[in-house]
Parts: sequence; C-alpha cells; structure tokens
Amino acid sequence: MWRYIGRKLFVYLLTFVIAVTINWMIPRFMPGDPVRSMLSRASVGNPEALQRMNEYYTGVFGLDTPLHEQYLSFWANLFRGDLGVSVMLYPQPVLDIILRAVPFTLGLLLPSIILSWIVGNRIGAFAARKKLLDNTILPVGYILTAMPYMWLALLLAWSLGIVAGVLPTAGGYSPSLRVEFSWLFISSLLTHWVLPFLSMFVVALGGWAIGMRNMIIYELEADYSNYLQALGAPTRLIRRYAFRNAMLPQITGLAVQLGTVLSGALLTEIVFNYPGLGTLILQALNNRDFFVLQGTFLFVVVGVLIANFIIDIVYVLVDPRTRVQMTGGAA
Amino acid sequence: MSEIAGAPGTADAAGGPEPTTERKTSEVLHFAVRNPKLLIGLGIVLSLLLLGIIGPLFIEHGPNEYVGPKSQPPSGEYWLGTTSFGQDIWAQFVFGLRATFLIGVFGGGVAFVIGTTVGFVAGYKGGIVDEILNMLTNVVLVLPALVVLIVITAYLEVRGVFIQGVFIGLTSWPWAARAVRSQALSLSTRDYVDLARLSGRRTWRIITTEIAPNMSSYLVMSFILLFGGSILIAAGLDFIGLGPTNGVSLGLMLESAMKWSSLYLGMWWWFIPPGLGITAIVGSLYILNVGLDEVFNPKLREL
Amino acid sequence: MTLRVNDLKVYYQTLRGDVHALDGVTFDLADGEIMGLAGESGCGKTTLGKSLIRLDSRMRHIGGTIELDGKDVPIADEKAMVPLRYHEISLIPQYAMSALNPTRKIGRMINDLLRARGVRPADIADELKRRLELVGLDTDVLDRFPIELSGGMKQRVVMVMSTLLNPSLLIADEVTSALDVSTQRAVAESLVEFRDREYIKSMVFVTHDISLVYQMADTIMVMYAGHIVEKASASTIVNAPRHPYTQMLISALPEVGSTTEQGRLEGIPGTPPGLLNPPTGCRFKDRCPLAFAKCAERPPLVEIEPGHWAACWKTG
Repeated sequence: MWRYIGRKLFVYLLTFVIAVTINWMIPRFMPGDPVRSMLSRASVGNPEALQRMNEYYTGVFGLDTPLHEQYLSFWANLFRGDLGVSVMLYPQPVLDIILRAVPFTLGLLLPSIILSWIVGNRIGAFAARKKLLDNTILPVGYILTAMPYMWLALLLAWSLGIVAGVLPTAGGYSPSLRVEFSWLFISSLLTHWVLPFLSMFVVALGGWAIGMRNMIIYELEADYSNYLQALGAPTRLIRRYAFRNAMLPQITGLAVQLGTVLSGALLTEIVFNYPGLGTLILQALNNRDFFVLQGTFLFVVVGVLIANFIIDIVYVLVDPRTRVQMTGGAA
Repeated sequence: MSEIAGAPGTADAAGGPEPTTERKTSEVLHFAVRNPKLLIGLGIVLSLLLLGIIGPLFIEHGPNEYVGPKSQPPSGEYWLGTTSFGQDIWAQFVFGLRATFLIGVFGGGVAFVIGTTVGFVAGYKGGIVDEILNMLTNVVLVLPALVVLIVITAYLEVRGVFIQGVFIGLTSWPWAARAVRSQALSLSTRDYVDLARLSGRRTWRIITTEIAPNMSSYLVMSFILLFGGSILIAAGLDFIGLGPTNGVSLGLMLESAMKWSSLYLGMWWWFIPPGLGITAIVGSLYILNVGLDEVFNPKLREL
Repeated sequence: MTLRVNDLKVYYQTLRGDVHALDGVTFDLADGEIMGLAGESGCGKTTLGKSLIRLDSRMRHIGGTIELDGKDVPIADEKAMVPLRYHEISLIPQYAMSALNPTRKIGRMINDLLRARGVRPADIADELKRRLELVGLDTDVLDRFPIELSGGMKQRVVMVMSTLLNPSLLIADEVTSALDVSTQRAVAESLVEFRDREYIKSMVFVTHDISLVYQMADTIMVMYAGHIVEKASASTIVNAPRHPYTQMLISALPEVGSTTEQGRLEGIPGTPPGLLNPPTGCRFKDRCPLAFAKCAERPPLVEIEPGHWAACWKTG
C-alpha cells in the first residue's frame, strides 16, 4: 500500500516537472518572440520603469546564456518562490498578486465542491431505482452538467442580481469598504460570495447526482445485494450497503472532476468579476502579462496535485479494503 | 458463472443456438426505436446540426457585420435581436452552432484518436508499454485541461478553430484512454484474440479487426462524450477571450455579451441564446448517450 | 414431506416471447432428503432453484403450487415471500465468493442481516461461533473483511450464514463449481453434516456434476428442457437409470470424477430444443434413439417402482 502511495507521488512529481517544463518552454519556443511583443505592448506609462523592466526581463530570460542554464536557473528561482514581476502591476512580485487572489478562489471552490458532492450524492442515491424520480432527476442532472459554468452564472446574475436585485453581482466585496475584520465587511464578503458559489454548486450538483445514481444501480445489482434480497433483507439495509459502497468510487471521482470544477470556478469568477484567480487570469490576458499568467498556471497545477494527493490518502483511509492491506491484514 | 438466470445470455441459451449478428442488430434496432432518451437526444442534436448547416445559407450578411439598429430586443426582423453594435444575433447563433459542431468534431476527434490508440495499445500490449502509457495518461489526467489550454493559446498570435480543436484534443483524451484500456484488457484475453495472436497476425490488425469491433458501441459512446466535452472546453476558452480570432462561435458570443455589459444593460437576448445552444447540444448528447447505453447494454434494458 | 411442488410453471419474459424454462414440474422432497438436481445448462435447474426462493424481475410464475411443511409458498407474491426467506427457505448462491459485502466486516454483516430479520444477534452468537468452528473456520473471521479470506473460506462463511436460522429447505446452487476438487469435497461433506445435525431439514443441490452429487445426495432428479425426466435414489440414477436421456447422460460420463462441463454432452448427438417455442410432446424425442409415434404426446412422470419416477412412454 505504501507502494501505491509512492507511485501516486511519483506521478504527481512527474506532472509537476512536466508542468514547469511546459511553463518554461512556451515563452521561449513559441513563434513570434512573445516576450518582446509583450514588453512592447506593456501598459506601463513611465518610460523609466519600462527601461528597468527591459533590463529585468533580459536578465530573467538570460537570452544570451545557453538553454540548459536558463532551464536550471528557472528551477532555482522557482524554489526561491520567485515567479517574476508583474507587468500590469509593476513592480509587484507575481507571487504576491497570486496569493492575494487565492483565498477568494479557494473560498468559492472548496465549499461548492464539498457541498455539491454531498448533496449530489444524496440526490443520486434517492433517484436510483425509483422510476419516476429517476426519469426526472436524470435528465435534469445531465442538462446541469452540460451547462457552461459561465452561462449559469450569467443567468443567476441576471435573474437574482439584476432583475430581482437581491444580491450583488460584481466583485468580492463592496468597493466602498476597506478590507478589515468588521461585521460590515464580512457581511459584504458573504453577500458577494452567494451568487458565484450558487452557480458553481448547481452545475456541479448534476454530475455528482448522475455518478451516484449509476454507481448505486451497479451496487444494487451486485452479488451481495442479490444474496441479501434472497435472504429477505429489507430494501433499507441493501440500499444502505449500496450507498456506502458507491461512495468510494465517488471519492475517486472527486479527483477526476477537480480540473473541470476548477475551470468552472475560473469562468464563474470572470462573470462576477470576483477577485480570484480566474479574474486574475483574464486581467493578465488582457494586459498580456505572461508572468502573472504563467505563475497562476504553476500555482493552479500545484494546488490540483496537492488536492489529488489528499483525495488519494482519504480514499486509502476510507476504503476498508485498502486500509486492511495497508495495516498488513491476512490477505 | 455465466448461468445468471434472467440475463439474456441464459434466455438465449435456453432458446437454442443463437444469437447471430443479424438477430443482434435487429434486437438493438428494436430497443433503439423504443428508447425515448435516445430518440429525444438524437432529435435535438440533429435538428441543431441541421440548423447549423442550413441556417447560414439563408443569411446574406456575415455574422459579425453591423447590419441593423443597435440593442434591439427580438423582433420579426431580427429574431433574436441585435447586439450593442447592431449585429444580428440570430445570424451569429446559426454560424455559432456550425462552429460549435466543428470544434466538437475536431477536438473530440483528436482526443478520440489519441485516447483509443493509447488505450488499445496499453491494454493489448501490457507490460512495460502499459506502464509507460499509463503514467503518461495519469500525468495528462491530473493537469487541469482548461488552464493548460489558456497558457498555451495565450501565446498564439492567430487562433483558428482547427488549432483550437487540436489543442483541446491533446489535453482531453486521458479518461477515454483509461476506459478503452480496461475494455481492451478484458477483451485481449478472449479465445479468439489468442487465436489471432497465435496465427501470427500483426498487433495493429488484431486490434482493428478483433478487439475494436467488439467494443464498437463503447467507442461510439466515448466519442460522444469527448465531443460534448470539447464543446464545453472550447466555450470556456472562447469566453476568456482565447477563441478563434475574428471567428464566430457560441462561446465568443457569450464573451462579447459579457464584455459589453449585456448583463447590466438587461440585454438578455444576447447572452441567453448562445448558452442555451451549448447546453442543448451537450445535454442532448449526454442523454443520447444514456439511451445508447440502455440499448447496447442488455442489463439496463427495461421490459 | 418437506416440499411438495405441483405442476410448477415459470417462464422468462423476453423480447421474442416467453421462454418456458420450467414447464410443469412436479416432485416431492422428504424430510431430511438431500436431492441433487442435475441436467445440462439451460435445462431449467437453476430456474427451479431460484423459483423456490426468489423470482428475479424477468421470471413470471405461470402456474402450479409449492408447499413447504404443509403451508403454501406464494412465490409470485414478493411481499408474502419475505417472512419465509432465510427463516424457512434459504440459499447458498452460485456466487458465494462475492456474496459478502466487501466493505463490511463479516460479523457486522451477519448481525445486520439477523437484526433486519428480527433475530437478536446476541441470542445466536454462540451458535454462530460453534458452526464456524464446525466448518473449520476460526471465529476471528467475524472481525475480518471478505478480502482477507480465501475463496473457500468465503464459501464456508456463506454456508454458515445461510443456514444460521435452521431453514426447512436449503437451495445450494452450483456451490461447488468454482472450487477445486478437494474443497468441493469438504463443502459437500459439511452440507451433509448440516443435514445430519438438523441445521437444515432438506436440501436441493443444483449441480452439473453428477459424480459429486452421487456421493452426497440421497436422491437425484434429472431435468431436460424444462421438464423432469427422472427422479430416483442416487444409486438408482447412476447405476440403473431408466429414462433414455438419463442413460445417455450417465454413459456420457467417462468415469467418476468428471463433469458434464458446460452441458456439452459429446455422447448425445443434437442439441436441446429451444424453449421459446418448445416442441409438443416429449422434449427429448428428436435426440432419442427409442422415439416412436406416441412421443408426440407428453409422457407423464409416473412412479415406475417405489421411489423411482420417470417420464417416458417406454418405461411406463
């Protein structure tokens, strides 16, 4: 079982190395010298600053040193936490800008993933094998998963925010407030959080409900279910077993869906102009600030890898089969 | 083990020596024409496809031309209204449908080819080849596709539907590879595959003539899912502003609707149709897939 | 008389029509009797086994009655069957290896089931341990997950679990087919021991392995294409069968220890008739060397000598 975790770790490490390498390669090997074009278009008013930036970037890219040295120094900078300096917010370090945005993205992502997972599983289990419910919940679930995240966000912003006017539709908190630990600020934070959260929650819900429904049907057809039925066990007991067993693959599903939900969060943030990583990416793109863009990419990849690893560990602990093997059972 | 009474296999065995391919085909057809999920899903997808193919033929101006009055709600003349610049949203919509299907074919196609190839080879060859391909699959699987695509396409000066499709395909194949691998793995131990292997047939021939045909329904369903997935990813990229340069697509419509504050101007006719179009296409594809699953998988059929 | 089955008909509903898997089956099972139920695959033996405890969703009860200890067994009535299951009629399934919930400790699963069937686990805990030891299992299997047990161990756990409430009738469906020969023996012997200790009153042992059933069963019933062809004591069936089908079935066994693998009988030319639109009359007539005009009528199952029934015009 330690071997299993070791393998996983190896894959994640490999992924990280590949991601960093992609990150390093793209600006250097893309046609059209993107760095130059970025600098030429950089929206920095002060010519002196522009001059300093030019020097800085020439230094960073080490355009006159051999490629492998460039690559190694890239890694060295990375380990020092140096992701470069932003163009659009010169001279702020990219890392600082990202760290400011991360809490907003996490605050949106974690509750919506966890709650949609829990509620979706319940709904799916409820729907399975109840014909009428199944025939309504299943199509609704598929339509929800088919919705582009940003579209549902737009619909909610329009209906609840603009037409009904009950919730704010832009920003992470009211622009008239200072960031502080006060009731006013926190309530503003919360009201601005509701709509983006809701739209992510709803889209993700469908996928979990469908997954659970399918898994439960599979479990209800498993041999142990048939055996219990033949021995007259009540449906309640059989469904309870099926639910517990169907939860396990759903945990793995959490890891698989992570990328999709994360993309959804980024798109949703853009709709609500929510000050997380998604909005940051959009700003970076509009300002052609590739340093921020690439820093965000690395950050997101690392986050996804860590989350994957956590899910792996949770799975090992929750599934008695793997747990037994790990503690050296008789098998 | 096979003697699970009630499974059609048993009924067939009891019913004498069958089932011939002909019988199987007619049975699948029998269930297909009676499966509402399949029929409804297919119906919606095909009508939208038809609209995307034929619709643009009736529109004399380009989708992005400024043809009408600005910010008009839907009317008899402009069925879906106009944008803040006086573009015909109906025209954009039908052209956008076309582009959306195209990206589904390109992206889904590339992902399908890579995914099935990797899956077949890994599942059939096993051993070290399997190990390496599995590792590769896992690496691409954990990388968040949209974020990778953003970083790559951000550096492209000019972007087209085809390039977008290729990149989407390159990042979204892993789950298909996994699914195909496990299927191929179980099929590659069957007798007839062993026979083919013993008779010295080439690996590629065995895969294409013995293994793939026996999981064709599975492959069709994988392609449909990849197709839908590509559409959603493309819409996301378009929305961020990384869509085809000077193109038109449902995602780009959402982008400009967002960029030009249709939300705050109350121009619902600008952002509702493109999202609805995407949802309708992808949603019906998914439901069509459930229908196909029920038709091909006897266990899910209802009597 | 424990079990009395009278003219039982159970069909499978399929797209192309009803499959007449059990087409008028009549037999009795005495107290303490272990009956082997043999025949080629697709002959209806598994259907019969299932019909006695639980019809699956495609099976329809068309006619006939079942009586257990003098009481009617309402097989078509899912609700009314529940009280009988486990308490009166129990099952060791074909898939015993996978019959245990993989994520539940075995002891907990047994307790869950007992509680659900209105039995306090504490009342029966000692008996459970005694029986586990009887089949050669350590009582600490109760604290294990199924994955920690070998196939044979799981099989024995299921055997004990299924018979814990001392049912009148136990259906053992191909329980030995997934085991190696020595384990098969042990399982068969344990089942006989269960009967001797009166854990179970009677048993239907569905199998395609005639040589195994010969060693453990009191009687053997042979089925062909949804009909019973012959029932007699095990030694009579093996040594002096009267029905031409049974005779060919026995002679097709090269020697004791071999099985009628997958129902392929090299010795009998032809294949069993399809049960979708089964032929009238004797269903074996197309393959039977003795067939004559009268075989166009269905031969009744008659007692040709005490305890020996056969359905053939030539034996009557």
